[in-house]
Amino acid sequence: MAKAAKIATAARSPIFAGREFSADGAKIAVLAPSHRLALRAPEKSLAALSKALGLKLPASPKSSVTKGSRSALWLGPDEWLVIDDGGKDPLEDCARVKVLHSAVGVSHRNVGLSVTGPRAAETLNAGCPQDLSLAAFPVGACSRTILGKAEIVLLRNAEDSFRVECWRSFSDYVLAFLTDAATDAA
Amino acid sequence: MTESFRIAGRGRLSSRTARFSFDGKPYAGLSGDTLASALLANGVHLVGRSFKYHRPRGILSAGAEEPNALVSVERDAARKTPNVRATVQELYEGLSASSQNRWPSLAFDVGEVNDVVSPMFSAGFYYKTFMWPKAAWKSLYEPVIRSAAGLGVAPDLPDPDHYAARYAHCEVLVLGGGAAGIAAALAAAETGVRVVICDEQAELGGAMRYEAGAAIDGQDGWAWAQASVAKLAAMDNVTILPRTTAFGYYAQNFVGLAERVTEHLADPKGLPRERLWQVRARRVILATGAIERHMVFADNDRPGVMLASAARTYLNHYGVAVGRNVGVYTANDSAYAAALDLKKAGVGIAAIVDLRDNPAGPLVDEARSLGIDIHHGRGVVGVGGKLRVSSMTVQPKGGGAARTIPVDALLVSSGWTPSVHLFSQSRGKVVFDDATKRFLPGNYAQDCVSVGACNGTDSLSATLDQAWAAGAKAAKEAGGSVARGTKPKVESGENFSGGVLGAGPGAGADKTVKAFVDFQNDVTAKDIRLAVREGMRSIEHVKRFTTNGMATDQGKTSNMHGLAIAAETLGKDIPEVGLTTFRAPYTPVTFGTIVNHGRGPLFDPTRRTATHDWAQKHGAVFEDVGQWKRAWYFPKAGEDMHAAVNRECRTVRETAGLFDASTLGKIEVVGPDAAKFMELLYTNPWEKLEPGRCRYGIMLREDGFIYDDGVVGRLAPDRFHVTTTTGGAARVMNHMEDYLQTEFPQLNVWLTSVSEQWAVIAVQGPNSRKIIEPLVEDIDLSDEAMPHMSVREGKICGVPTRLFRMSFTGDRGFEVNVPADYGQAVWEALWAEGQKHGACAYGTEAMHVLRAEKGYIIVGQDTDGTVTPNDAGLDWAIGKKKTDFVGIRGLTRPDLVAPGRKQLVGLKTKDPKTVLEEGAQIVANPRQPIPMTMIGHVTSSYWSENCGRSIALALLAGGRERMGETLFVPMPEGPIEVEICSPVFFDEKGGRLNG
Amino acid sequence: MLLIHCPYCEEERPELEFRNAGEAHIARSASIAEESGEDFEKFFFIRSNPKGVIFERWRHVHGCARFFNAARDTVTDRFITTYRAGAPKPSLPKSASGPAAYANRPPDQLNVKRPRRKPASKGEAK
Repeated sequence: MAKAAKIATAARSPIFAGREFSADGAKIAVLAPSHRLALRAPEKSLAALSKALGLKLPASPKSSVTKGSRSALWLGPDEWLVIDDGGKDPLEDCARVKVLHSAVGVSHRNVGLSVTGPRAAETLNAGCPQDLSLAAFPVGACSRTILGKAEIVLLRNAEDSFRVECWRSFSDYVLAFLTDAATDAA
Repeated sequence: MTESFRIAGRGRLSSRTARFSFDGKPYAGLSGDTLASALLANGVHLVGRSFKYHRPRGILSAGAEEPNALVSVERDAARKTPNVRATVQELYEGLSASSQNRWPSLAFDVGEVNDVVSPMFSAGFYYKTFMWPKAAWKSLYEPVIRSAAGLGVAPDLPDPDHYAARYAHCEVLVLGGGAAGIAAALAAAETGVRVVICDEQAELGGAMRYEAGAAIDGQDGWAWAQASVAKLAAMDNVTILPRTTAFGYYAQNFVGLAERVTEHLADPKGLPRERLWQVRARRVILATGAIERHMVFADNDRPGVMLASAARTYLNHYGVAVGRNVGVYTANDSAYAAALDLKKAGVGIAAIVDLRDNPAGPLVDEARSLGIDIHHGRGVVGVGGKLRVSSMTVQPKGGGAARTIPVDALLVSSGWTPSVHLFSQSRGKVVFDDATKRFLPGNYAQDCVSVGACNGTDSLSATLDQAWAAGAKAAKEAGGSVARGTKPKVESGENFSGGVLGAGPGAGADKTVKAFVDFQNDVTAKDIRLAVREGMRSIEHVKRFTTNGMATDQGKTSNMHGLAIAAETLGKDIPEVGLTTFRAPYTPVTFGTIVNHGRGPLFDPTRRTATHDWAQKHGAVFEDVGQWKRAWYFPKAGEDMHAAVNRECRTVRETAGLFDASTLGKIEVVGPDAAKFMELLYTNPWEKLEPGRCRYGIMLREDGFIYDDGVVGRLAPDRFHVTTTTGGAARVMNHMEDYLQTEFPQLNVWLTSVSEQWAVIAVQGPNSRKIIEPLVEDIDLSDEAMPHMSVREGKICGVPTRLFRMSFTGDRGFEVNVPADYGQAVWEALWAEGQKHGACAYGTEAMHVLRAEKGYIIVGQDTDGTVTPNDAGLDWAIGKKKTDFVGIRGLTRPDLVAPGRKQLVGLKTKDPKTVLEEGAQIVANPRQPIPMTMIGHVTSSYWSENCGRSIALALLAGGRERMGETLFVPMPEGPIEVEICSPVFFDEKGGRLNG
Repeated sequence: MLLIHCPYCEEERPELEFRNAGEAHIARSASIAEESGEDFEKFFFIRSNPKGVIFERWRHVHGCARFFNAARDTVTDRFITTYRAGAPKPSLPKSASGPAAYANRPPDQLNVKRPRRKPASKGEAK
């Protein structure tokens, strides 16, 4: 066992960090690292978990709740993806919660991208088969779905702004796909 | 370069000139022309040679139904598009087109001999003639036929263009942008719902392009259409897609549209060439119009013979006269309108030949009043001229004296066929309307409605009434408000009804003339009768025997004629003979459009690990493992693969090696019932596994065969870190979720994929502990504190790690899991430490060799879905006291416990230098007659530098009973002698795990 | 591409998000280790493959990831209904059962002669 002080701390190499692409009407950007939690729990545990996380976990399909720099995305009837952009790890917030649940840290599993601009929905619709009109996919709506040949989690955080989450090794494909699509959607 | 057939003051094109070439000859046309209208403006009718007989062919139509005028358009060496319809291709400055299927030239084509010897090429000819010798089909017949027949030549360079795609959703989708489609879209759009309207032409307007008699809302039809389109374009809820063909109508109102984005541009400016739209609509309005049919008579394919509505389009829209002395042959009124328009534009009308005995009505009267000769009760029985029609021969229907009238173009119309293609694709059933002799939409299968000509509605005013009502109704049903707009008022319009089907006079039952039914596939009326004579009864059989309607135009002009002739020959009614099935695509769709974004790097995701860049910098050669790129081996200067792998294998056992194992699947199993769940999904016992310890787990399918394997670490009583094979990651997760959700939902446990959360660096070899020790905090790495098969959480290089003490080499080893973004830095730190001990980086090939030296199996290589744990020598991994796990019952199936099953063994070749081929078969006696009795096969085979000889694993019937036996692996060079041995070749006692 | 109503997401979603998972309502025995060969054969190997209505499992794999059940007509490809895993097999309206009425039989009665409709005899309830 070595002495901690002597060990150089490993540098973090987020994949494609800061990579951007702009076309008329749509901009793609790879987001800075976030804290992420894959949370699973039965209904009866939600109150305690919501309290610990500092936001009310959404209970209805395709919806999310955002408070400050933290969002909880409904992915399935007992599944949430909690994303924190403010540097506070939601995994730690759940560590002391005693009610039945499963909390697994997935901060490094996913890469976040933003798709913004008036043609953002058209850009995503190059490969996402869901109806992304505001009526069908309003601000705050979120869903696991697909983009071309990759699985993504899609969150609409404003009328013309989406967050795309994909697994790390798919980010190359997703970024290239969105770039190609943004060029066409413009 | 003068356009001698352009008529001043006619047409709607700008005066901007566009130069183009056809077969190398320069011409000029106008911006807005199609290639066809520009050629006609220059007096060019001859544009191609036919498919089978190489007959000269001209321009039949002015739209998508064109069967004849197929040309190649070439932008550059890689951008050559064959079989482009000249009637659809818009002219652009510098367009270069050439004719097809002719050699050496269009006017003199050697292949024309096929026309002379055509009796040889009757329907079914291929099936009858080229039957034997069988071998000649591939070597002789097919290549010759393929080069002589056929259409254009496909480009031989990769397609440099790019293509795009879009999913779209709307409440009302209108297919077709004629007057009907526009009216329906207007009615729907004004309710506020999302409307998409598409049309295959460059501009919406449909028949208003030529229908000179139309007046709507105080404007002529075309002006009304353009004003209405402008109104639609100004609405946010409307998407207008011109140059867009609805090619396929699929389940639940899912419609495929192909948009041609740049085919009309001289400079595509980086835009995609075509765009695929996949539209989901609540309601679909079919406004697909009708297609005019030609007349069936002898030599009706001569250049200059064309549909009446096409000639009218060329005149009224493009300002082009298709001739100077034009004949008309018809059986309905609409062709009269063409004659009248031409006459008024100063074009000579030689005569109108009308099959009807007593044609009457305002159009007929007007023709008479303009002094046009009308020959009623007569038919055209032949034409003069070869490269261009020069005369028509007119004869009374019942026979009698024929008369030849000189013409330089002959307009034909036998009536209109409603375009029910998309309706039929929607699985709607068409019904035959006996009164008007046409198939019309009958029962609907989806939420769609047909309006206008495709619905058999003949008059413009009725069409607009119907379309407006349909648009309003569809929008309302799809959630729109009540329509607010005002219905367009039709002041005048034309009526497109009547006509005939089948062969005309002179092409009847006993005639052997070439009266074409299907121009593109060279099918004549005689061919269809022959098919019936040869026993074809159903129209589906007639179609396949004659190829009628099977060309790229899918019989848009020919199907009804073919059907009528078949029915007449069979002595049956048309509905009894049936209609062939309409299938997608409506017109051909390019592969580029279908593939769209999915080309090159976007064909399939390429997945790379966190250490990929490091490996690349250090010279790694990569191999594809599913979607992953994995470092295969790391050759040093001068090393080939063999040398590199040998060095890597040697170094790992001498000191240590670093290996990127990040691609392994990882699943975190969390919850109070985690151990219970593991007990059910794996053969092994888990309840008693201490937190901090690991176990090699085997997963079976219910049938008892090995499905996956991997090391599982218990992090806490309620938390397991499960690893799977790289290739099995997704399906193992699915398999586990399936059982958890549907068979064991009572268990309180959840699964989370963490495959990509953790980068995994395997440090293997006698010096592995020395390499990681200086970087690790909070974890005691001594054998006592952290024995083989244990797991600890702590820190390495200051970042969190899940550190496994485990080995896939048989030597002391660790697998360092760190959050993926730290993978590269931790690898580099471990590499720096490793350098102090002479360690190497090794790739998947060395990994394979090292594990094979120890007899460790790879699921999917040494197993194939029919191997049980016992077969693989892994019985020890089954919890003997367990009463349930997936596969427990399957394992007791009679075949799985029968003697003589194939079992995992080792093979040593008699000559230690011979490396067996993986997949090779094993036999007991190499001198037995073929086919030999195969008793096993080689699953893994390598040169082992550490053993100084070749090694192999095999599955062999009764293998464990055969230790020491000599068997044979027959190969082309002769049988290879092998000795059966234990699958463990290296360190059989396993001492090195702690060495 | 079909639209499939996911009973957990409570809306229709594109088929691309789903994966078929074989026939539904085939329960795994709680004491499978003791199951007879015949019962195991039925459980593991025998599937109905009807022409008409089939009860099958789907997974909204690229959505909420839940397994659920569906009744689908294999002739028209139309989904008649979808329902949550564990819910009982729904009784379908007569119009929905169509040609499957005879095809949806236990495996041992499949691939036998098509049953003939019993001629209605007097007094028999319609």
